[in-house]
Amino acid sequence: MSKHPDHLLISQVSIDFPTAKGPFRALDKVNLRIEKGEFVSIIGHSGCGKSTVLNIVAGLYKATEGGVILDGREVDEPGPERAVVFQNHSLLPWLTAYENVELAVKQVFKKTKSKAEMREWIEHNLRLVHMDHAMDKRPDEISGGMKQRVGIARALAMEPQVLLLDEPFGALDALTRAHLQDSMMEIQAKLGNTVIMITHDVDEAVLLSDRIVMMSNGPAATVGEILHVNLPRPRNRVAMAESAEYIRCRKAVLSFLYERHGRKEAA
Amino acid sequence: MNPTQLFQTLGAPFLGILLFLAIWQVGAPKIVTSLGAIPGPVQVFEQFIGLIDEHKAARQKEVEFYQRQEERNTKAKADDPNAEIEVRPYTGKASFFDQILTSLITVMTGFVLAGLIAIPLGIVAGLSQTVYAALNPLIQLFKPVSPLAWLPIVTMIVSAVYVTDNPMFEKSFITSALTVLLCCLWPTIINTTVGVANISKDLQNVSKVLRLSWWTHVRKIVLPSAIPMIFTGLRLSLGIAWMVLIAAEMLAQNPGLGKFVWDEFQNGSSNSLGRIMVAVIVIGLIGFALDRGMLLLQRHVSWDKSLALR
Repeated sequence: MSKHPDHLLISQVSIDFPTAKGPFRALDKVNLRIEKGEFVSIIGHSGCGKSTVLNIVAGLYKATEGGVILDGREVDEPGPERAVVFQNHSLLPWLTAYENVELAVKQVFKKTKSKAEMREWIEHNLRLVHMDHAMDKRPDEISGGMKQRVGIARALAMEPQVLLLDEPFGALDALTRAHLQDSMMEIQAKLGNTVIMITHDVDEAVLLSDRIVMMSNGPAATVGEILHVNLPRPRNRVAMAESAEYIRCRKAVLSFLYERHGRKEAA
Repeated sequence: MNPTQLFQTLGAPFLGILLFLAIWQVGAPKIVTSLGAIPGPVQVFEQFIGLIDEHKAARQKEVEFYQRQEERNTKAKADDPNAEIEVRPYTGKASFFDQILTSLITVMTGFVLAGLIAIPLGIVAGLSQTVYAALNPLIQLFKPVSPLAWLPIVTMIVSAVYVTDNPMFEKSFITSALTVLLCCLWPTIINTTVGVANISKDLQNVSKVLRLSWWTHVRKIVLPSAIPMIFTGLRLSLGIAWMVLIAAEMLAQNPGLGKFVWDEFQNGSSNSLGRIMVAVIVIGLIGFALDRGMLLLQRHVSWDKSLALR
């Protein structure tokens, strides 16, 4: 464990977006403490600003008030120690899977790893996401799920202190999504990364997370409730479907989303 | 390929050309100019053969000239080993095909220089809103200026600045190439700027998270993203370059196809109109070939081989 009790601290974060009618407060005083190795999901209705929270942690947006502290140091610009897996993979379409990961590895380890070590590290990460068979394929030659696997490999290869997942499986079909969720759990068990995942899928949140952060609806969205998921790992999606704790968590999240913070209009 | 497709890809273009030639052949003799009736396609083709013969004759003359010179010099050397040997280059009239070559070299020089300036400028303007704001008024101001307006200025500047005793290039060549450059700069700058400014936000975020240096960002993300737009700009530029060149050569008496047209016009023989029409068709064909060439280059450079280019 690090010297800092709070590995990642999101403190009093508010953000205003400029509009024609003056500033629009999207987030208001978001507070969150995350421990090292913890898997935290942020869930909420679309438009509630959950992705904005992630973008602030990633440094892609600047908070209007408050800030983010990682291991005692404030972060206000993007960096590879907070690797992001983007919703639509964001692979460079002109590079192969290998080269996409290589771009990240070269950037992070150019001073510390030799050429051979880098090669080994790139291949290791692609193996981790089960993509070693398609290393030399371009993104347009592989399926959506495979692209997202490469995106995860690229993020993991940066050896990030925090892994940020922005609705990583949202664009995938249900079966592919399940496969990738299993892979994610397997990787998390192996590496023990700190993970923040944005999702709108209740089952995904319960299955993967140690804690689920439920956000209220915007404008001026903030953390509504935090739910601890006390399910033992490794978790099996089929076995869990009947577990009382799973059902309790699922119900808690659903009731927050649809009873207390349901959208007025049909979404 | 089914019959409909076959007709569309081969039959229809063929029919179109045939129809055009027929109207031309029938209509042309009805207009009688001071240089005689407008030549039809058959006469124009005869002129084309004539130009080939002239070219061959000129080559022959050149070979003979060098032969005579060689013989003269060997003889002089034999008579007196200390004799001063003079070697003079052949200075016969440039044939039609020599003019084509000159035009091609000039247009490519102007175009390549323009590309070397326009692409980096477009990239910088696409990446920086400030640079774009500074550059945009100038682009908008100079873009619509006709080559004929640039030409006197360029001629004067070249005469004033390019002063050497032993010039590597002809002044007329530099004037034409610079005029071409000035006119074909703009489409490449504008299209490159647009291409660079519209790089996907996601890829920009990837670049930020990786903290790519400016140079790596340009090489790995900006250039590949903007390649299609850069080539759109280059193709527009090359088309303009070729049009401008012919005009510049005509007005400035720079050697090349434009001068050929002008000379024939001034010449005013009964063959002149036919020869000018040969030049028009050749100019068109070369313009088409240049565009196809750029397309091939794009296909070669572009990462997306599946892209349908047209």
